[in-house]
Amino acid sequence: MRPETEAELAEIVVGLNGPVRVSGGSTRGVTGPEDVLETTGLSGITLYEPGALTLVAKAGTPVAEIEAALEAEGQQLAFEPSDYRELLGTTGEPTIGGVVAANISGPRRIQAGACRDFLLGVRYVDGHGHVIKNGGRVMKNVTGYDLVKLMAGSWGTLGVLTEVSLKVLPKPETSTTLSVSVPDADVAVQVLSKALQSPYEVTGAAYDPQKGSAYLRLEGFAGSVKYRSRKLKSELAPFGALSDHGTTDGLWQGIRDAHSLADQTGDVWRISVKPGDAPRVAEKVGAKQYVLDWGGGLIWALVPEGADARANLDIFTGHATIVRAGTDTVEALGRFQPVNAALSALSNGIRRQFDPRDVFNPGLMG
Amino acid sequence: MEMPRPNPDVLARKQSVMSRLLQVLPADAVIHDPAETRAYECDALTAYRCPPMLAVLPASTQEVSDVLRICREEGVPVVPRGSGTSLAGGALPTADCVILGVARMTEVLETDYDNRFIRVQTGRTNLSVTGAVEEEDFFYAPDPSSQLACAIAGNIAMNSGGAHCLKYGVTTNNLLGVTMVLMDGTVVEVGGAHLDSGGLDLLGVICGSEGQLGVVTEATLRILRKPEGARPVLLGFDDTAVAGRCVSDIIKSGILPVAIEFMDALCIQVCENFAHAGYPDCAALLIVEVEGSEAEIDHQLSKIIEIAKRHKPVEIRESQSAEESAKIWLGRKSAFGAMGQVNDYMCLDGTIPVSSLPDVLRRIGELSEDYGLPVGNVFHAGDGNMHPLILFDANKPGDLEKCEAFGADILKLCVDAGGCLTGEHGVGIEKRDLMTHQYAPQDLEAQMAIKDVFDPDWLLNPAKVFPLDVSEARRAAA
Repeated sequence: MRPETEAELAEIVVGLNGPVRVSGGSTRGVTGPEDVLETTGLSGITLYEPGALTLVAKAGTPVAEIEAALEAEGQQLAFEPSDYRELLGTTGEPTIGGVVAANISGPRRIQAGACRDFLLGVRYVDGHGHVIKNGGRVMKNVTGYDLVKLMAGSWGTLGVLTEVSLKVLPKPETSTTLSVSVPDADVAVQVLSKALQSPYEVTGAAYDPQKGSAYLRLEGFAGSVKYRSRKLKSELAPFGALSDHGTTDGLWQGIRDAHSLADQTGDVWRISVKPGDAPRVAEKVGAKQYVLDWGGGLIWALVPEGADARANLDIFTGHATIVRAGTDTVEALGRFQPVNAALSALSNGIRRQFDPRDVFNPGLMG
Repeated sequence: MEMPRPNPDVLARKQSVMSRLLQVLPADAVIHDPAETRAYECDALTAYRCPPMLAVLPASTQEVSDVLRICREEGVPVVPRGSGTSLAGGALPTADCVILGVARMTEVLETDYDNRFIRVQTGRTNLSVTGAVEEEDFFYAPDPSSQLACAIAGNIAMNSGGAHCLKYGVTTNNLLGVTMVLMDGTVVEVGGAHLDSGGLDLLGVICGSEGQLGVVTEATLRILRKPEGARPVLLGFDDTAVAGRCVSDIIKSGILPVAIEFMDALCIQVCENFAHAGYPDCAALLIVEVEGSEAEIDHQLSKIIEIAKRHKPVEIRESQSAEESAKIWLGRKSAFGAMGQVNDYMCLDGTIPVSSLPDVLRRIGELSEDYGLPVGNVFHAGDGNMHPLILFDANKPGDLEKCEAFGADILKLCVDAGGCLTGEHGVGIEKRDLMTHQYAPQDLEAQMAIKDVFDPDWLLNPAKVFPLDVSEARRAAA
């Protein structure tokens, strides 16, 4: 099913007599019911005002199309959405609706905020077939409940997004990456933490234990980047000499997309923790290989096929999500970490209200 | 503004409800004497007052849980209250309600600089959160004008903003987790020191829910390192529309100031008389602030001034010292207070797309003439959040009503321009009846469905946010 208007989509939903898999570009590895409800027919940028830092697009608009439009005005999606195609071996075209539904954010999330923080408004069709709007296209809006945040990261389980409105930001004039060699993960997290505690606006803070390198990104006007890079080098000197690599977009794309795990055998998990806990969590989950992003707050972990990365995590706060694993593993463990009984009652209660027939991606989030 | 009629059955049981509350709270935490409950009769929307049946001041999450459980069993509505600084009537009581104030819960529970968060009890004031981390050069970013008095509980309820949102976002962008008590007494932990939600983003919907979903007793907040420095430049224009275009051009240029504040002639004059900030006498004033090292600030300000010059400003003045910067901000931050010293006023809070600024200002001017009430405009121009101040005479019969009608017209204008009714103050009772102008019935149904899940009996702050006729069936069923 591939509706081309919001009204058509609403009609389809009313007529549904069984569950569907809600899908954008089908690049994020979501499995589910055989019947697919695609949003790619709802496509196009409906409004773009560079002077107001706002862009509105239909949910099925390719991310690439949005990025090109922004690029032409020297702007960008500051939350730097990851592309999962290489990691998952998928081939579709990522859509902005998919990015929002999955709340996908890359390295800059640590400084600029997540996808949900840039989402100003949504339109969606709920399980009753009603077209609902919430939020709008202005940056400050506290009118009524914030269903915008709720829809971000709800993976299509509450409704089918038809249009999203986003805050965009200027693209920095230039950037540079500093790296320092730190074989020990604990020390590496200290380096990242120290950098993020500085006033120098680090917009990327990652660690690759395979290479034993911690990476820091600075962005902005050339003079400012140069100044902050000098300051950071001297502040972090106790950890070793920092090398300055200039602009390295490829490196950050690699971290954003967990590139280094793409060709490795095993399951891939995305684990969100308190940054300082990262090295211990990586050890506890039995990661064969991993990458830290968000100053340690995000672990991309490669674990043996079928292993339960959540098994030893109960003493840590945070959660672990399966990004790549066999169907059996996903079915046995659940893609998302189960939440406690009280939160589960609230989440299920909301799902029953929004999708009473349980037709949208049933069971995907628990 | 209409409020639901108090439930006589609840009023009749005041004594028994009180004695049950006294079993779980110390005697001095249950306020029942009408002379004392009067202290809770209104918040900063002082035009509306109603003393509550009782007020309680619990000191812990457990006590909050006990209070809510009892009130639910007794069918008593509860109105949560932070510091009572809401401009929207968010903490306005009904005569049959229990006010639950968090004022005794002000502790800092945990400060973690390595992971960049602080966990506090929510009765703590906004400014004292920054106060708790200042010695390490950190700060908590949202800075509503009432930050000296307002509580984090209220900031979370209203998703408060401030002048520096353009760069740092509002409360929801700086809130990592909460401990919240549901109306049945259940304590839930949502989020925490990690980023991003594991399941549905409940934290996102809790923030800004105006005390209708639960009582937040503890909050984990993101703290940030203070920038090396910050400095504003004042830009004066002889035309408000030109100032609006200048804002748009600055934003388009790739510079992201931390704040762009706008004042029109009336506000400039009132603020200048109050703060003696050296504001120029002109039609529109912009305060543009940037952050960084001295050199970075110089670079950004020179770019901003270059852009401003294309719009023929009548005044360009960079702040030369920390004292001067403080004065410039004092003038802006005391705009509401300064206006209050010269006149009664009503402060609005709509947001518009930045591009429609000139049009909206022109329409407000026309409406001002139609209504015969002067209006001053002061707002966060970078993000389109307007605060028109309508002047009226509270002692003149009919003036308040006229002012409210004028205010409603301005807010509708904001919505029609592609904006919204409230950018940072919240709906409360003030904008409750305008919600149908922004949202269709099914949009409001979707929001109320959330409340049905968290508070099925509609006992928490029930008369707010949704027009009374829209929520009537739900409130009556409770």
